[in-house]
Amino acid sequence: MAKVTTPKPAELVTSIDLKPSAQQWMDIPTEIKPGTFCWGAKAKNLNIVEFPNARDWNPSEEDWKLPENWQEIFLTGMKNLLDKYRSFKVFMDICVRCGACADKCHFFIGSGDPKNMPVLRAELLRSVYRRYFTTSGKMLGKTAGARDLTIDVLKELWYYFYQCTECRRCSLFCPYGIDTAEITIMGRELMNQLGLNTDWISGPVANCYMKGNHLGLEPHAIMNSIEGMIDDIETITGIRINPSFNRKGAEILFVTPSGDLFADPGTFTCMGYLMLFHELGLDYTWSTYASEGGNFGFFTSNEMAKRLNSKIYAEAKRLGVKYIIGGECGHMWRVLTQYMDTWNGPADFLEVPVSPITGTRFDTSRSTKMIHITEFTADLIKNGKLKLDPSRNDDLIVTYHDSCNTSRGMGLLDEPRYIIRNVCNHFHEMPENTIREQTFCCGSGTGLNASENMELRMRGGFPRANAVKFVKDRHGVNMLANICAIDRATLSASMDYWVPGVRVTGVHEMVANALIMKGEKERETNLRGEPLPGKEGN
Amino acid sequence: MKILLPLFAVVALVVIAFVGVQANLQAFFGIVIPYAAVAIFIIGFIVRVFRWGSSPVPFRIPTTAGQMKSFAPWIKQNKIDNPSSRLGVFARMALEVLVFRSLFRNTKTELHDGPKLVYGSEKFLWLAGLAFHWSFLIIFVRHFRFFMQDVPTVIQIMESLDSFLQIGAPLLYLTDVVLVGAVTFLFLRRVVMPQIKFISLPADYFPLFLILGIALSGILMRYFTKVHIVGVKELVMGLLSFSPVIPAGIGSVFYIHLFLVSALLIYFPLSKLMHMGGVFLSPTRNMANNSREVRHINPWNYPVHVHTYQEYEDEFREKMKKAGLPVEKE
Amino acid sequence: MSIEQFLSEQKDTILTKWFDLVLDTYPPDTAVFLKKQDNPFANPVGHTIREGMGHVLDELVRETPSGQIGVFLDNIIRIRAVQDLTPERALSFIFSLKEVVREALRTASHQPLPYDELLAFESRVDRLALLSFDIFVQCREKLYDIKANELRKMTFRLLQRVNDMDEDQEKKPDPAG
Ligand code: HEM
Ligand code: SF4
Ligand code: SF4
Repeated sequence: MAKVTTPKPAELVTSIDLKPSAQQWMDIPTEIKPGTFCWGAKAKNLNIVEFPNARDWNPSEEDWKLPENWQEIFLTGMKNLLDKYRSFKVFMDICVRCGACADKCHFFIGSGDPKNMPVLRAELLRSVYRRYFTTSGKMLGKTAGARDLTIDVLKELWYYFYQCTECRRCSLFCPYGIDTAEITIMGRELMNQLGLNTDWISGPVANCYMKGNHLGLEPHAIMNSIEGMIDDIETITGIRINPSFNRKGAEILFVTPSGDLFADPGTFTCMGYLMLFHELGLDYTWSTYASEGGNFGFFTSNEMAKRLNSKIYAEAKRLGVKYIIGGECGHMWRVLTQYMDTWNGPADFLEVPVSPITGTRFDTSRSTKMIHITEFTADLIKNGKLKLDPSRNDDLIVTYHDSCNTSRGMGLLDEPRYIIRNVCNHFHEMPENTIREQTFCCGSGTGLNASENMELRMRGGFPRANAVKFVKDRHGVNMLANICAIDRATLSASMDYWVPGVRVTGVHEMVANALIMKGEKERETNLRGEPLPGKEGN
Repeated sequence: MKILLPLFAVVALVVIAFVGVQANLQAFFGIVIPYAAVAIFIIGFIVRVFRWGSSPVPFRIPTTAGQMKSFAPWIKQNKIDNPSSRLGVFARMALEVLVFRSLFRNTKTELHDGPKLVYGSEKFLWLAGLAFHWSFLIIFVRHFRFFMQDVPTVIQIMESLDSFLQIGAPLLYLTDVVLVGAVTFLFLRRVVMPQIKFISLPADYFPLFLILGIALSGILMRYFTKVHIVGVKELVMGLLSFSPVIPAGIGSVFYIHLFLVSALLIYFPLSKLMHMGGVFLSPTRNMANNSREVRHINPWNYPVHVHTYQEYEDEFREKMKKAGLPVEKE
Repeated sequence: MSIEQFLSEQKDTILTKWFDLVLDTYPPDTAVFLKKQDNPFANPVGHTIREGMGHVLDELVRETPSGQIGVFLDNIIRIRAVQDLTPERALSFIFSLKEVVREALRTASHQPLPYDELLAFESRVDRLALLSFDIFVQCREKLYDIKANELRKMTFRLLQRVNDMDEDQEKKPDPAG
């Protein structure tokens, strides 16, 4: 055991005040610590998507193998972004450093690192902006809060832009709506130009570009994966489902994050989609080409995001479908809501979505022609088109986690709740300032869900987990529902660490468990193969 | 240092004005500087806003702070916090600008434990922010008394409301007290709360000192040194009618006051005070969340290199055929 | 007065001092946030740590321990184990309790310190420290577990697919629907 020297308490207490709190943040060097960062991108992945300055590099090494003129690349890039985005320009200029956002970030709350305060995360870049793009910064330097873009500054920027999940919680509380997520997006765009991507993001991007999905599942592998689920569904319900792939002339194209295809508990959600669509007799098809709803390109550059996203409309056009339904995913829906149509629209070859079952017209999606599965299902339930037995979920005491993106980049709050209330009998909300638009991030969004940065993820996940723990202690909650493929993976990890005993589920897994299908045999187990409530003895 | 420097700067401004007046430079401080300051303010403000405006808004990125407009009428939209119409956006912006809606969001204080009831300091920020801005605005409007031959009734009413306490002679204006109090609070916040101190720059202290200086010099004139008010009005009217005069007998406090105001005007467009303009241009607040209904156009949208279905099929054709997937080319 | 009595009477002061020492391991800007913000959801770290420490203190002075002390310690250490602290720093808070108590005794009572009782109390704190090391190690192991788990979940399905690949080709779902 290491030697523990404990000074006298009084000494320690006073030493709090003596600490150089007056020190300016600029003078505090940043140390890149293990457990908090992701590995650098591999050259081969960057080359696949023609990203600049591809090379193998390691963030923990001194030499990042930057191109000679990296400063020039960075500053020219910054100028371009300022000219292209009013958001960036305005946000660089108008922060009054009131601090309202400071303690709203889950990474600050969970880590206590002051540079994780959103305002400071933004100031890291703003200081560079002042130095090179404002008169006062050029003249007064540090007095005006400006600093040179040195290699250490670059590393610091990199480090903290990969400790932000672009969750926009800070933006909610800022009196001017300054969105640090937007600034992080710009920051990562600049990093991208220097080849400073992370492996965990650029791998999926390359996969998605070539193979259609982040996991790099080739066409037969996708089918194979779904085949496995169909077998499981048959075992549980006695019903053999027969979905179609790449089928021309289907009415609807279904796109969901590929995460749901391979890892539990996402696979159960995916089984839920399959069962629901089968029960409805929906005329829909999967695509192996547009087999990814998520968009890790969004975490590298705007252009890359657009390149990946283009497949969805392209495939809808090729297959001649009428409209698109999208599965449960968080950032996917921010992209689909706020970016897709602008990038790759107009989707005038599609029709305004109309539910073939209820006849409801989804006018709010009349331009994107793509609806969220929870909109589709909520409508079905409201119109009494589903036979549901919520008591099959009676072993679950459920709470619901709003994904950052669907809450603060869309506003899809009550649709999933409506479904949950209809498919299970025990539902409890977490405390008010941790849900809906104030929801806390899972802590691992924007491609931070790697394993080498697990400590960071756990810290960032703590505020969310803490709220879950509260409802667990109070109501005995044992299931955390959500509508995001990344959540399903990352919250599982976070619950495992912080609140053991709480598991994670997609909303459509619960739907499928409650769904009474035509001609099904008496179900003994839920989709996870566990006995249904009341059937434990069998 | 980051506190002292801006303090010295403001003190220096006071000294400059004082020395100037002693050196009989009234014309410079009473005419040249104010004209220059107003010109810089107006031009600077326009240039800044124009520069922001010259960058497009490529994407529709409102921060949605409530239930969106749903396909279903039975799901209730939060029309203000997640607006889908112009009216909603207008209401959202009005709430932001007039009552600092987002700052207020901050103030929930439930479920506190421990012996003491602790109010979120953010509530004070919201309150002080409002008090500061509103009293600043009212004081500013009150000043039109000096700018107009006949004082409009609105301003008279405002004055009497402001002084309804009926204390002292001349009557004490409530807003004077509130302004000084609020600015002092905002300053203390930046000194006492380590978190806020940590993020503060000299550029955050300077405007506070400057505004405090303006307020204090104004108060000094009104309640203590009793400035030669007729002379002041004469000077102001002269400036406004572009036939400037320097009446005799105006005390140096007035020139200090005027100089500090000029400094604020000049400083304004160069600094974070431009949040006044910026808040209206913030894309996360001033846009409707209707991008699924109406396509938002990005002026610099350009074609990108994509991996087409054909390329995909070319690579996987054999595997697809083997798996029984339909292909375009056999 | 026994040391237990003394501790329960002085609990609030001791707890506050003890908490301050823990906060000292954070940057000062953060320390104030952790200390001042009382909302358990807005400041889960500060709240959990303080609450956990309160319970630990209660347990130490209780006649018949409830056996829950491990849980309370766990709540604290689970947080410390993912914040970037060395094990030494993560767990030093246990030892600072001794100092806080000694100091409190020194200032509160004029009589000579009740050495026997104090020693007994300190041995209890030492046992607490040992327990804490266990918990710390468990937490770290859990982290590695989670990493391994995530990896396994991925490779499991992948392997399954690869294995199924060839034998399964015939009974593929009909892609034409
Ligand atoms: C449309 C007009 C304006 C709006 C909506 C607005 C809004 C705000 C808000 C929400 C804050 C943050 C809260 C606070 O610190 O009080 C703020 C800060 C501030 N505003 Fe304004 N403001 C406006 C105009 C002005 C003007 C005209 C001035 C001064 C000349 C000004 C000076 C300041 C200063 C100095 C601060 C920083 C206070 C601090 O240091 O904490 N604002 N403003
Ligand atoms: S809330 Fe907005 S203005 Fe205030 S410090 Fe944060 S980003 Fe700046
Ligand atoms: S967007 Fe989220 S993660 Fe990023 S700074 Fe804001 S609150 Fe933190």
